[in-house]
Amino acid sequence: MKDTETDADPVLRLDGICKTFPGVVALADVELALYPGQVTALVGENGAGKSTLVKVLTGIHQPDAGTIRVDGAETRFPSAGAATKAGITAIHQETVLFDELTVAENIFLGHAPRGRFGLVDWTRMRGDAAAILDRIGARIDPRTPLRELGIASKHLVAIARALSVDARVVVMDEPTASLSQAEIEELYELVGRLKSEGKAILFISHKFDEVFRIADRYTVFRDGEMVDAGLIADVTEDQLVERMVGRSMDAIFPARTATPGGEVLRVEGMSHPTEFADISFTLRRGEILGFYGLVGAGRSEFMQALFGVTRPSSGTVTLDGRPLVIRSPADAIASGIVYVPEDRGRQGAITAMPIFQNVTLPSLAQTSRHGFVRMAEEFRLARRYTERLDLRAAALDQEVGTLSGGNQQKVVIAKWLATRPAVIILDEPTKGIDVGSKAAVHEFMAELAAEGLSIVMVSSEIPEILGMSDRVIVLRDGRIAARFDREGLTPEALVRAAAGYETAA
Amino acid sequence: MIRSFLRSREAILLAALIALVLLVETRFAGFAAPSNLAAIFNDTSILVILALGQMLVILTRCIDLSLASNLALTGMVTAMLNAAMPDLPMGVLIAAAIGLGLLMGAFNGLLVWKLEIPSIVVTLGTLTIYRGLIFLVSGGEWVNSHEMSAAYKALPRTEILGLPLLGWTGAAVVAAFAVGVNRTALGRAFYAVGGNPGAAIYTGIEVGRTRFQAFVIAGGLAGLCGYLWVSRYAVAYTDVAGGFELDIVAACVIGGISIAGGLGTVTGAVLGALFLGTIKNALPVAGISPFWQMAISGAAIIVAVAFHARRQPGRVILKPEAAR
Repeated sequence: MKDTETDADPVLRLDGICKTFPGVVALADVELALYPGQVTALVGENGAGKSTLVKVLTGIHQPDAGTIRVDGAETRFPSAGAATKAGITAIHQETVLFDELTVAENIFLGHAPRGRFGLVDWTRMRGDAAAILDRIGARIDPRTPLRELGIASKHLVAIARALSVDARVVVMDEPTASLSQAEIEELYELVGRLKSEGKAILFISHKFDEVFRIADRYTVFRDGEMVDAGLIADVTEDQLVERMVGRSMDAIFPARTATPGGEVLRVEGMSHPTEFADISFTLRRGEILGFYGLVGAGRSEFMQALFGVTRPSSGTVTLDGRPLVIRSPADAIASGIVYVPEDRGRQGAITAMPIFQNVTLPSLAQTSRHGFVRMAEEFRLARRYTERLDLRAAALDQEVGTLSGGNQQKVVIAKWLATRPAVIILDEPTKGIDVGSKAAVHEFMAELAAEGLSIVMVSSEIPEILGMSDRVIVLRDGRIAARFDREGLTPEALVRAAAGYETAA
Repeated sequence: MIRSFLRSREAILLAALIALVLLVETRFAGFAAPSNLAAIFNDTSILVILALGQMLVILTRCIDLSLASNLALTGMVTAMLNAAMPDLPMGVLIAAAIGLGLLMGAFNGLLVWKLEIPSIVVTLGTLTIYRGLIFLVSGGEWVNSHEMSAAYKALPRTEILGLPLLGWTGAAVVAAFAVGVNRTALGRAFYAVGGNPGAAIYTGIEVGRTRFQAFVIAGGLAGLCGYLWVSRYAVAYTDVAGGFELDIVAACVIGGISIAGGLGTVTGAVLGALFLGTIKNALPVAGISPFWQMAISGAAIIVAVAFHARRQPGRVILKPEAAR
């Protein structure tokens, strides 16, 4: 059901776009067309290649192959500036603004109106800024310093900035993710106004209700490929979910045969003032419990609280029948709960340190005698766990920064296994690593579970959740939206629960 | 092990140091004689000790600009104590110096830890405060050589195996650091905090507390050096060691301690201090004016940093963003 019949010519057309990163194919032969006065929704799982496409569109990434046509003429965007000049503007997921500048300065940074002698014409800038803010229905004084605004208002400023250039194509990457319901309504109105001004809009969203509410067309991405496109009027939500999830089970996951044992961890009524509420679950010995949810559903925030990085406002944690008081990560590690964070760069490995020191960092008590670290002991410990993970490194005193992403992840996992924990929390364990390393990590997780380690796995990748979990908890907006056993677990059910689209399948 | 040392920046710095000594030797015979080298080491001991303290602070992505003021204040206090109570045992006096230094370091560290004020701001403030306190306790008066007890002045000069006790103190601190930094959990924590604070938190290391500990150690060493300095020069006044805080930072930088934190070795800091000390010793021998000496020391810093910066490639910190 490819839609090629069009009443208008597309403003922007992509054909055969390919983009690979080391070890990963991000976009494979992708096509996309955007029409004036129409909203095209781009849907797909996390990691389907949507954000990469946005970066190609806005000149941040260069495609390896394929053509970009603006008004039928082939063109290239060697820089972000070139894309802007061609009339393409994007509102990114995380807004890139400057807290210390005023709203007007933020809107016009880089293209401020100039007066005599090339000096910035401040009066005109403020006037123009006020006009744009007014147009999008934002009641913000352009002279306000940005830092005084809330997240939603900052978002409006980002939108105003996008519109301050004479844009013909507006890309919105999950624009409603951080907005309240009232603000979302205002955004929809704004989208309507942009449509009536004849702008072509690419709207990236996980939320099906809004896709069906505001989009005219849709494009579905899966694993870096465009799998379907057409008119919204021609599809149902069920069909869209099905296409988005697809089969995508062709990744091979290790067989899980062992049955989980007795209860190890019990979490009851964990709440946080702003991030999550009323989270309760149990984890059994040798079990893999999957946590699924959209980005921003509160999964990582909850795990950080469980690990003692942040403090929950209420709730109890019991490990092996003993109640735990976890005030810091050190407490959690000492009790046998460890956390492998999602952000490997900022929270995982210490890249300037050699591999063996990274591995032994939380286990120095194990490798020390009388308060002094024994290097031979360190090497032994590091070797034992890195070998188990099949780490590819020339030597254990090599700096971690010289390793590939997949191998860095192995060092981080080895570091935590070396503490011999009872419970390991893996936050997006295979995010951003190549397919081969992914399989190795999955294999290893299954082995660990079989040996009796209890695993909490946070993942945004449906195949991984389906392939690895014994049970799954779905979070939405900081609360448990659904629980699944291995039976009754379908991709469609997961997506529905996570997106809050509840209809009988 | 040997191969990797030969390729390290410490090896290059050591080669430069040896070359410098030999170069001066060709012009002024006797410069490279063991006794003269021992004298240079003795002379540089205070800088070596302070550079090691500063290294810990810099490793954690902080900086301590107040070390020289700390030194001057503790020096003045020990001198006044000694002048007032000549019979006070030296052990008590030295313990008091270290204790006072620790206290000042702890004050810096607490402000950095609990109030999360950038260390450069904190120590720029305490640099002036500690220096001002000298004037308050001494009333601007000097404590001169004749007011100090013989024991007070003699202790650092006591020679053992041809090296004065001052030099031995430096050597002992170096040895303690070599073990402590490389082989204790705390030593490892300094590198972890500076290398990746985010990751350190998840490893159960408290970033603020670790920084505090670095400031306390550096402060204690500055206190010790306060006594050593005043006793060696046999005079205490408000401006003792004025500007020396920059020499300490310079020694670290020359020694390859990365201002960005998490990178650096004990060997590097020691060699950096010795390099600076040797220049300062060699130039007067060569009859070069003190103003040229400052310019040459400055040039050495820039060359060293430029050199370290050039050696950076090969380390991959920023990976291309994985496909999303």
